Amino acid sequence: MDSEFTKLFELILSASLINNFVFTRFLGLCIFFGVSKKMETAVGMSITFTAVMMISAALSWVVFTKVLVPLEITFLEIIVFIGIIAGLVQASDTIMRKTTPGLYYKLGIYLALISTNCIILAVPLVSAGEKYSFIESLAFGLGSGLGFALALIIMASIRERLELAEVPAPFKGLPMAFVITGLIALAFTGFSGLITL
Amino acid sequence: MSNPSTISLKELFLNGIVKENTIFKLALSLCPSIAVTNNLKNGVFMGIAVLFVQFMVNITISLIRKVIHPKIRLPIFMLVISGWVTVTTMVMAAFVPDVYAKVGLYIQLIVAFASILARAEMFASKNSIVPSMADGLGMGVGFLFALTVISFFRELIGKGSLWGYAIINTKPLLIMILPAGGFFAVGILMAAFNWIDARYKKSAHASH
Repeated sequence: MDSEFTKLFELILSASLINNFVFTRFLGLCIFFGVSKKMETAVGMSITFTAVMMISAALSWVVFTKVLVPLEITFLEIIVFIGIIAGLVQASDTIMRKTTPGLYYKLGIYLALISTNCIILAVPLVSAGEKYSFIESLAFGLGSGLGFALALIIMASIRERLELAEVPAPFKGLPMAFVITGLIALAFTGFSGLITL
Repeated sequence: MSNPSTISLKELFLNGIVKENTIFKLALSLCPSIAVTNNLKNGVFMGIAVLFVQFMVNITISLIRKVIHPKIRLPIFMLVISGWVTVTTMVMAAFVPDVYAKVGLYIQLIVAFASILARAEMFASKNSIVPSMADGLGMGVGFLFALTVISFFRELIGKGSLWGYAIINTKPLLIMILPAGGFFAVGILMAAFNWIDARYKKSAHASH
């Protein structure tokens, strides 16, 4: 049991820091550059994101191992996962609007953005590829969500300051954001030797 | 732009490559532009995969646009896109297994490309088949062009080789093939495009 727990902890740590989705796997970049302009939106997005990621990881695991594998139609995984995510996003949108309108007005618009995000789709695809167990895919989803939240918050706090900086004209806006992300990614390579799985 | 009768096919085709280049201008679908471009071969194959999916999706949507009910159009578009992506992954896994081993995940993730869905929604669902083909081809070639340029520089500077063949014999700048180098390369290339654009506009302005 103890080693099991250590393994899960390692999985969360590696998904959030060492194999951070933004800085080493380059996924979710569109959203990353899109919503990291303000701290408030970055925090809202991270919360919504981590929650949806864990639920979709759990749901896709169930569908993948209980339906796709027994029927030997694993080649349909892309279509099925996209369907699950789109359905889940639509469902949580409706449930949130009815039950917690306050939260919905704060986080609702991020929900709509999520279905076109590649990280959300990458989590079930990777865990299906690595043959994670149910708990492991949950941990993987949580770790990836935390890693994305960390990346968004770091980036948002830098970009808020960047508003006041003098940037050469051709670099204004996105090019500068890219260069900054490169620098953060460079710092994140320092985590690469943290644990060896 | 959505009125093909006043715009020639050639302009439609060029629109995707220059004016609305997916990566350098619209800054959409950025994930593979960094993930797979640390060598030229992966970059080119990824570009071809996107070109193929975009082209086929545009044709399919344009063919069935009259029978899709507007309320359920997005799920239908997703279904068409994921169908063609599945075809692409299977073909690539069979014919270029060495490339697929490295970029397979990103090819599967073409499904989540905002740019492909956007073209289906904005163009193919409103226009007949020939303009849609030109549009898809232009968008796809623009993407292929961007990936080729990025991976060309990254492999040349980072490894001193092109397509796996050694070109430069000095010690290469390793950082360019590291993850961080990808962000630097895209940032600098974007800035270069902006600079050329500004110069071009200025000279066009001066001549008037």
